[in-house]
Amino acid sequence: MSDPVPLGDLVPGLERERRLAEIRREAERRGKLDVVGGRPPGAPFPQATPETGYYKIPLLKEPPWKWEIPLYFFVGGAAGAAAVVGAIADYTGVDRKLVKHARWIAAAGSVISPVLLVADLGRPARFLAMLRVFKPQSPMSMGVWTLVGFSSGAAAAAFAGFLSDRYGPSLPLRWLENAGQAASLAFGLPFSNYTGVLIGATAIPVWNRNVGDLPLHFAASGLAAAVGMLELMGHGKNRALQALGLGAGIFESWEGLRIEGRSDPHLDPLKHGASGWTTRTGGVLSGPVPTILRLLSALGGKRRSASLRRWAAWSAIAGSLITRFAWIRAGHASARDWKLPLEIRSE
Amino acid sequence: MSVTAFLTDSTLCIGCKACEVACKEWNGIEGDGLDWSGFSYDNTGAVGASTWRHVKFVERAPVPGLGGNAGEQASWTFSSDVCKHCEQAGCLEACPTGSIVRTEFGGVFIQPDVCNGCGYCVTACPFGVVARNEQDGRAFKCTFCYDRQKVGLRPACAKACPTESIQFGEIDELREKARLRLEELHRRGMDDAAFYDPTHTSVRGTHAMFIIRGDPRTYNLPPSPQVPTIYLKKGWRSSALAAGLLLGGTLLALLTDGRSGR
Ligand code: SF4
Repeated sequence: MSDPVPLGDLVPGLERERRLAEIRREAERRGKLDVVGGRPPGAPFPQATPETGYYKIPLLKEPPWKWEIPLYFFVGGAAGAAAVVGAIADYTGVDRKLVKHARWIAAAGSVISPVLLVADLGRPARFLAMLRVFKPQSPMSMGVWTLVGFSSGAAAAAFAGFLSDRYGPSLPLRWLENAGQAASLAFGLPFSNYTGVLIGATAIPVWNRNVGDLPLHFAASGLAAAVGMLELMGHGKNRALQALGLGAGIFESWEGLRIEGRSDPHLDPLKHGASGWTTRTGGVLSGPVPTILRLLSALGGKRRSASLRRWAAWSAIAGSLITRFAWIRAGHASARDWKLPLEIRSE
Repeated sequence: MSVTAFLTDSTLCIGCKACEVACKEWNGIEGDGLDWSGFSYDNTGAVGASTWRHVKFVERAPVPGLGGNAGEQASWTFSSDVCKHCEQAGCLEACPTGSIVRTEFGGVFIQPDVCNGCGYCVTACPFGVVARNEQDGRAFKCTFCYDRQKVGLRPACAKACPTESIQFGEIDELREKARLRLEELHRRGMDDAAFYDPTHTSVRGTHAMFIIRGDPRTYNLPPSPQVPTIYLKKGWRSSALAAGLLLGGTLLALLTDGRSGR
């Protein structure tokens, strides 16, 4: 008699069957198995217990977002903070150029943000579904309305500014510009940090454990990115931006220390594994690196000082971007933790 | 209109998965594919976008006599899991489109024509129930057979269950039934029989209650699930503080020294 034909060969769709045979062979050879739920013959069955939960299958679902959402967090944070800097620079009347550049960043963010959200949703019409309700208890709903207010304001201010530069000032244009700017300031303030509430008020342990810090952390991150962008747009000698960048950098350094210093299993995804290293990279680039570079730039000569500030700007922008991705990755790792939601402390 | 609920009695479940099949058939849900998990006979693992009822195969350390087993054999219980239809539902509160609503029967229902696939409910469910269908983009979960209930029918799973492990009815009546059943089980020596309905947490009870044996964690049931809206206050307070600091800091910086030294 010939050998029995493996089922996987008979039924072409049954890739899994072939894999099973492979696993079985491996288990026989090594007497040990590393696949999930796998068990070599004779070994005890996996069991469901109060210490291991239901076969260590994670209770929570991972956040379904891809790269669009963390990128949106970055863009929105920077744009919101830029609008605030631009509006206040206008009101204090110190530097027209700074006002204009800050407005451009805000306006660019006001266009990119909805595009990223639509990319996540899949179809433009789906974005409109969020405009049928106003729901204070949903940070997502509040965020969308903030985005709508911010985008309209920032776009109007930039557009009116552009028109009056081009065709000369006129009264309606001034009105539009002022109203747009006021709106972008009012909405820019929450827009730069609401995403911290958004992920903080969820069932994901690492997020909700940090709900009281995330908005502050994200605001500092957004401000650092906005300041960095303005510096790279030719405001590398502006001392107010230097002070703001320094403030944000010091806050981010403190945030990093806070995370590293607490031994709380909820924070493990921020310290261990791939998400931990992403968090650390983002943290170092946002906190200590730009802070030290900025302090050094205050000491050195003119030319060196300018290049140090440029480096600080790049570092802060990269740090802000990486930090947003790090928090989302940490959320994934946290959702895969089967222990915390079941209140199991150690294995 | 009466407020309804499920009472899933795991001591009666025989693991036949009729509920899973009935649910899929009635609601026209796609298959889950073939995947070997190695965890007892449970190759599905958890409820999800394409699994609205899910039978857990809880295989535990041998307890002589449990499940009528001989002393050295693993004890085996089954339990059919489902969306808990929370009294304070994280998914419903989080939904930014108003797609997720509370029905007149007390269940939590996603209107598929309104759902825009933002996925926020997925992160807001403390039971890991609702999930996004990757092809379609929208979120799906148990509908509590809203369509059937509307015309006075029992949900498909409850109707298909051959042992009445899944009971459906008026919520207060079911709570009373559960109490009597527990008394009976305890009288018969099943000391570890317990009732799962987290009324003591911010979820404030569910419309899908369970009778289980022993620790709820063995069934992947969280001992104290919390609805994420409890974090809102702290979050918005921090947000307001952040906005204040940003405004104040920027004003201060620009007023003291705003000139670009060009
Ligand atoms: S179990 Fe999850 S999906 Fe079901 S009602 Fe509660 S929060 Fe919503």
